[in-house]
Amino acid sequence: MSTILDCRGLTKRYGNKLALDHIDLSLDRGKIIGLLGPNGSGKTTLIKLLNGLLVPTEGEIFVDGKAPGVETKRIVSYLPERTYLNRWMRVSDLISYFCDFYEDFDRSRAYDMLQKLNINPNDRLSTMSKGTKEKVQLILVMSRRASLYCLDEPIAGVDPAARDYILSTIINNYDENATILISTHLISDVENILDDVIFIQNGHIRMQDSVDNIRMAKGVSVDSLFREVFKC
Amino acid sequence: MSWKLNPDRPVYVQLIERITTDIIAGIYPPGSKLPSVRDLAQTAGVNPNTMQKALSEMERTNLVYSQRTSGRFITEDLSMIDDLKTELASEQIKEFLEKMEKIGLSKEDIIGLINKVSEEEKK
Repeated sequence: MSTILDCRGLTKRYGNKLALDHIDLSLDRGKIIGLLGPNGSGKTTLIKLLNGLLVPTEGEIFVDGKAPGVETKRIVSYLPERTYLNRWMRVSDLISYFCDFYEDFDRSRAYDMLQKLNINPNDRLSTMSKGTKEKVQLILVMSRRASLYCLDEPIAGVDPAARDYILSTIINNYDENATILISTHLISDVENILDDVIFIQNGHIRMQDSVDNIRMAKGVSVDSLFREVFKC
Repeated sequence: MSWKLNPDRPVYVQLIERITTDIIAGIYPPGSKLPSVRDLAQTAGVNPNTMQKALSEMERTNLVYSQRTSGRFITEDLSMIDDLKTELASEQIKEFLEKMEKIGLSKEDIIGLINKVSEEEKK
């Protein structure tokens, strides 16, 4: 089976507000995919649905052929937009915590990345800056050997140098059968590492294509195309 | 430090250009082994799938060849590399001539100017 994610007629309503409107979408294995769209377009809703944090109003969603649940959480590594980690915990505690939760967690990979980013494993989250906290969280998520990584705004709060390191970590660590779904507004920073992009707007998929196809067909970067398509 | 890539052009095309230039310049000598796809992707700061695509394309044009288990190697066909060198240089010269014509210089002016500037550089 070559798709890791399948959505059929996927719809989510919050009261009267339609967040996702009958979306059909499938993602292949072994790709790095950018989920791009203006604020309020449905990116986070889609990500929450595939992590089982929301339930579809209509339609279906399958991760590796299964509805989101315990089995899919085993293979999906999720970086939420907001931190859920306990502030009083030390980084080393968090690593042990993740080791207990996830069979696929690679402890040595995590310590290696901490060292590269100069983060002391004995520090508590409560003593860290916003950017450092984000780095810790991303390290935890990327240290799993998952089939699908779901990163909701992973690099927004970190400085450009750390951003480069994080992106190269993503390139270097991801195995060729894993899929990475990245939702971000920092398109120009990520577009060189993306295979495909998905443009989403008002709960509809506007476009799904490869970065090189877009550049070839339009002669502009994905960043420029985004600015053109979603011009305010 | 990743490679400088133009955001408006397809990534894999630019990877091919860059590696081809490196082969012509002898950074990767004829018959030598290329770094792995993953290493090259890491250095370039691009997705390994894109690097793979670029190398496959270069394999198709026989500039590199792969040996099943031991990796990818640069062609040993020196005349092919030489032809590429001439081709690349001609393209650059054409571009240059167009720019010079735009600012109103004739071919003779340009050649005269080239000689003059290169004489000055020798000093």
